Amino acid sequence: MSHPQALRVVIADDEGPARNRMRDLLQDCAASLPIELTGEAANGCELIELLQEREADLVLLDIRMPQMDGLEAAQHLQKLADPPKIIFTTAFDTYAVKAFELHAVDYLLKPIRLRRLFDAISRARALTPLRLDMLKELAPEARTHLSVQERGRVILISVPDIVYLRAELKYVSIRTREREYLVEESLTRLEKEFASRFVRIHRSCLVAKAHLTGFERAAEAGEGGWSALLKGVDEKLPVSRRQAHVVREFGKTPL
Amino acid sequence: MLIVTFASFVAAVVRTGAWRELVEEFSIVSLHVQPALALSLLALSASSRWLRRVSYPMGVVLTLGLALGATAITHRVGSSFYGLEPYAMDRPLFLAVAAAGLVLFYFHLRSRALSPALTEARLQALQARIRPHFLFNSITAVLPLVRSDPKRAEAALEDMADLFRVLMADNRDLAPLADEVELCRQYLDLEQLRLGERLTIDWHVDNMPRDAMVPPLVLQPLLENAVYHGIEPSPDPGVVSINIYHVRGEVHVVLRNPYRKEGQHHAGNKMALGNIRERLALHFDAEAGLESRVEDHAYQVHIRLPYVKAKPEVRGS
Repeated sequence: MSHPQALRVVIADDEGPARNRMRDLLQDCAASLPIELTGEAANGCELIELLQEREADLVLLDIRMPQMDGLEAAQHLQKLADPPKIIFTTAFDTYAVKAFELHAVDYLLKPIRLRRLFDAISRARALTPLRLDMLKELAPEARTHLSVQERGRVILISVPDIVYLRAELKYVSIRTREREYLVEESLTRLEKEFASRFVRIHRSCLVAKAHLTGFERAAEAGEGGWSALLKGVDEKLPVSRRQAHVVREFGKTPL
Repeated sequence: MLIVTFASFVAAVVRTGAWRELVEEFSIVSLHVQPALALSLLALSASSRWLRRVSYPMGVVLTLGLALGATAITHRVGSSFYGLEPYAMDRPLFLAVAAAGLVLFYFHLRSRALSPALTEARLQALQARIRPHFLFNSITAVLPLVRSDPKRAEAALEDMADLFRVLMADNRDLAPLADEVELCRQYLDLEQLRLGERLTIDWHVDNMPRDAMVPPLVLQPLLENAVYHGIEPSPDPGVVSINIYHVRGEVHVVLRNPYRKEGQHHAGNKMALGNIRERLALHFDAEAGLESRVEDHAYQVHIRLPYVKAKPEVRGS
């Protein structure tokens, strides 16, 4: 990636006309700046897919998008081998804009002026990478996906697909119907983030309420031990005695 | 009048309380004042139902009379009970009327000072507001058309002007339903421009009473909600349906949009619903209503209002 090479740009915005507008503006910039439009994405998931296929230097990333918004996508992007620089775009997000100002994150307000875009793109290569903790602070709501790095790729796991999460030494293993993944996250933090979705049945295990079908007496545990039964996964998870109240509450309160 | 009753009670407690704290000797005074006050309050609250019906000056006279009577009675009874020399009646009676008059005057002033501000604040709060996102995203959507399809850009800007003209107007008076529907069409055209095939609108307005008078912006905020909560958070296309008809002197408006539990925009919805509900109540009282419910992946709002045609007396509040 030598310097005179064109800057590879990706547009991420859920609204077609907004992408059209950005394309027009990029064309205007291209007259005096070496730019190459690498691709367009309509939401965070599409963006990450796209970036696995094609490398990019810069993403013009809209904050509000369905399925996965820009702030979350920016977090998962950091797991790419060579993450692109990010300039956020937004129509009106007072809270985010304040935070961007505070952390010197580059952003553009829609409708975007050619001059502003031109300046931002000229500086793009010199942008400092975004800090993950800052991005997390900016998006305090629960993520829609967890991401795993595997053989240089980023795999997205949709949160509703997760059956259970189990702490294993330094990692947390994520179990879906299909397979298991390892992520570097803390179980406590995941429990807090997805409090409405998961229930703790053991010091080291969170089960998705939506995948929990019931409990049965554990044969091996003997005195008062329970196992959790799951939908879609033929496994029984032990319920610790401390969390036995979960068994009693099951079915009483709508989970 | 009920307020006066309650307020005079509060004022009385505060007043006598202060007296007691000020000088102990005044406890003797309160011995005289308290029973009179208590009796006046009792009489006032008992008669509050009738007092509410009479005109304000009449109410003032009656209230003063009640205070006077109560003071006279307690004075008579009190002095015989304590075996005190029955002293002159004129002073306590004068004091009672003066006190009651002062309290009434205070509340009269207070209500005059407060109510216009309150009404203004309420109306302002009830003014329908469009989400700023909509404005900026719409402008962004129109900008590329300026180059590629100037005719469409012109139409979109005209729609935007009409929409904002109504949004910024004083919307206290009822307007024909046909106008509101036209406004909604313009609004939805703009949303369509922005969202393309993600948004499908399904109109059922063949049986719509065009001349029915409705509060302005009674539908547009609901459609804005439908798009914001039902269409925008989803990557898949969705349908917003609008069904307007009338039966037996009532106008019904039914709006439906897709409902997804996952990835909902939060908050904001209840505010718009409450706002419209309140405006309906201000204009039509219990004759109008708004209900919302979720049913198999669809969110539905149903408005019911009386079919009134343009008449000068149909002006709420």
